[in-house]
Amino acid sequence: MLDTMPTTPLTTRLAEIRARYPASAPEMVAEVVRSVLTSMRGDLVSGEVSLLSEVEALGRTIASAKAEIAALRVDDITASHIPFATDELDAIVAHTASATHAILASCETLDAVSAATSGAMAAKLTDATTRIYEACSFQDITGQRITKVVTTLKTIEAKVANIIAAFGERTDPLAATLPAASSGATEASLLNGPQLPTAAMDQSDIDRLLASFD
Amino acid sequence: MPIDKSMNVLIVDDYKTMLRIIRNLLKQIEFNNVDEAGDGSETLAKLRSGNFGLVISDWNMVPMTGLQLLQEVRADARLKATPFIMITAESKTENVIAAKQAGVSNYIVKPFNAETLREKIEKVLGNA
Repeated sequence: MLDTMPTTPLTTRLAEIRARYPASAPEMVAEVVRSVLTSMRGDLVSGEVSLLSEVEALGRTIASAKAEIAALRVDDITASHIPFATDELDAIVAHTASATHAILASCETLDAVSAATSGAMAAKLTDATTRIYEACSFQDITGQRITKVVTTLKTIEAKVANIIAAFGERTDPLAATLPAASSGATEASLLNGPQLPTAAMDQSDIDRLLASFD
Repeated sequence: MPIDKSMNVLIVDDYKTMLRIIRNLLKQIEFNNVDEAGDGSETLAKLRSGNFGLVISDWNMVPMTGLQLLQEVRADARLKATPFIMITAESKTENVIAAKQAGVSNYIVKPFNAETLREKIEKVLGNA
């Protein structure tokens, strides 16, 4: 009987139903709602019609969202776009590593030349190669930054896959691949890689912090 | 006290490019007896079988991190007094505090230059 329906909010009731039947697909819910409306509309009072219209609208929204997501071809994101992006980033790391080694090899040759000479010329050469060695550490920093980007892309990939799974598409959920939540002050929470220049402490900040322990 | 630049220095990084850069920078500041290790267990094996006056290590390594390596070194009766400098891109306050609490001798943030490396080594070895 409709007049004995509970007065709890619609969203709460839907959440309860979702909890009770976690495996039910969204289109199943929409179909049930449509069936109920079709079979009962004639017996309802105006408040109940309004309520069921709301539920019907909800069903349409779910169906529409599903169609829109399908139209976006989100499968392409996990199957193609993100793997392509991560492969490209890996290639950047490999190419810059290779180039850096070539630069370092040339510097080592210049160092050998410097060692065979003396005076101001040798000092100039040594100074120049030192600057090049210092600059080459960019490769380590950019590598760590790219690793952070790849991790972010993989998190997005997993979340997109979960959305697809929630809307009943074929893609398997990738919850297991999502990074684990930080558990307090474990060392993993300390491994963040290079900070952006605007947020980073520089060497003098670190020196001051270390000195504060003395 | 003058620094003994003939001492054995062990540099640790799982990234060969950085090992090569640090080795060359050490050479520029006249530390020529430099050995390398690519991970924590190799480092501990070399430290236990050799005679090193200084360890310069990266933090972000697997499977043993630089912080865990530092803790292992400080827990080893024979190695615990070995000066240990961390060179890392990790520049958050909590990282510096964790390293200090684990017994780091000094902390260099990447990117760094030869002058910073020389200055920190002299400070650490001057206090050793």
